[in-house]
Amino acid sequence: MDNRALYNEILLEHNMHPYHKHELEDANLVLEGVNPSCGDDIFLKLKVENDTIVDGAFQGSGCAISQASADIMLDLIIGKSKSEALQLADMFLRMIQGQITDEELEQLEEASALKDISHMPARVKCAVLGWHTMEEMLNHKEDSK
Amino acid sequence: MDLQNNPYRKDFPLLMEQNVVYLDSSATSQRPFSVLEAEKKFYECANANPLRGLYGLSMEATNQVEHARELVQNFIHANKACEIIFTRNATESLNLLAYSYGLSHLKAGDEIIVSIMEHHSNMLPWQMVAEQTGATIRYLECTDEGEITEEHLNAVFSDKTKLVAIAHISNVFGRINPVETIISMAHERGAVVVMDCAQSALHVPIDVQKLDVDFIVFSGHKMLAPMGIGVLYGKESLLKEMPPFLVGGEMIESVTIHGAKYAELPYKFEAGTGNAGGAVALGVAIAYIQSVGFDAIQEREHALTAFALEKMKEIEGVHMIGSKNADEHCGILTFTLDGVHPHDVSSILDFDQIAVRAGHHCAQPLMDYLKVSSTTRASIAFYNTQEDIEKFVESLSQIRRKMGYGQ
Repeated sequence: MDNRALYNEILLEHNMHPYHKHELEDANLVLEGVNPSCGDDIFLKLKVENDTIVDGAFQGSGCAISQASADIMLDLIIGKSKSEALQLADMFLRMIQGQITDEELEQLEEASALKDISHMPARVKCAVLGWHTMEEMLNHKEDSK
Repeated sequence: MDLQNNPYRKDFPLLMEQNVVYLDSSATSQRPFSVLEAEKKFYECANANPLRGLYGLSMEATNQVEHARELVQNFIHANKACEIIFTRNATESLNLLAYSYGLSHLKAGDEIIVSIMEHHSNMLPWQMVAEQTGATIRYLECTDEGEITEEHLNAVFSDKTKLVAIAHISNVFGRINPVETIISMAHERGAVVVMDCAQSALHVPIDVQKLDVDFIVFSGHKMLAPMGIGVLYGKESLLKEMPPFLVGGEMIESVTIHGAKYAELPYKFEAGTGNAGGAVALGVAIAYIQSVGFDAIQEREHALTAFALEKMKEIEGVHMIGSKNADEHCGILTFTLDGVHPHDVSSILDFDQIAVRAGHHCAQPLMDYLKVSSTTRASIAFYNTQEDIEKFVESLSQIRRKMGYGQ
């Protein structure tokens, strides 16, 4: 597998022009995710109403992979229920471990562009930063109820 | 100088056999065949526990380790072989100093000077000492180009200064720090100086007596020797009065159920069976460096650095960290590339089999001070060639385009 394919058009587009990288003042869930070894640092902000993620955004800095992955994730989860978002996160993490069906891969839409990250173990942390942050955020919220 | 043909390259099996442009020698150097062979030979022909057995083989093992100690002594121009302590690496040497010297000599109200450009390994041990003793750390600053000026020095030295922790060469800037001035300013105030030579040992000659430096540390693996062998040098008078760092086997004269009488230097600080094969190989690495000579090493590294700086200047978006002069880099080229994160830079270089370091280089406080979140670092050693630099520069020049800029 050629690792070069990782820096594909989808990833570059989301890195250069992240649609969801902005302030979200009426967010009711905010969590910082950090990769201590890289310095990737994102603030994930979600607005959740009646169990539905009605809006989301992220801020912070990091490499193209962490930034694009967070942006792609927000594209996918806005409008979904919390449990659907967690299911997508589970699929994304399994995709990176190479344990995913073709059907599931389709559900991940543009996030499937990051499939080949599994060939670059040093960069996996970057790709999963946003997803892990979202999982932690939603699971923690569930716990506190 | 003929930079294309490198007479030393054939001595390094990895460079000959692997398809890699190795520009990460500041993280760890490559090792010549003679060093690898020496380590193997020790275990094949002289393996016994040094200092323990009274039989021939053990005495041969002891002789080889002690010969290596003398080679290190000669390499840094120490007065006595007993001033050379074998450790695992520079980090362990610095921890030894912090726990043994730091905790027993510093107290509340004392000041420790630590430069802002120190590697975490020459910063965290002193933070620990400050926390435990109540001493205060004063951070020695520098210009954006990594120069420590008299003004910076005057701002931190005081009558309370008791210890100064300073890198001989920063692993980010590559510039030689004004250690002579720092040592004399420290000594005027009765303070000791801990000089981290991890980055300098392969690039600049060190004369501890001429410098009159109190302690130096370095790692074997950054100077052609194997991983897991390092050195602490200390003046005999200072080492003698320091308590041991680790206690146990091989560092005692006698033990009773009430306590122990510790061994003489250097064994007092070498508890447990050490890395004998590594020490022997370090001796051979030193012999190799001396056979090449620092003049030849510096001339080649300087020429390669100048060539790289010139080419990198032409690449849009590249910003160098440190001095504009090639002779103030010791082969270390740290930079940022506009719009591209260092981890993406290094991944894309890696696609072309070019090995560089990206991140904070274990110097986060310096990154904060320079207001960059991380950087990319290419580091050159005398075994690199012009072709290495050409491949690196060519690949680097394509990165912004590959990331979608300027299309």
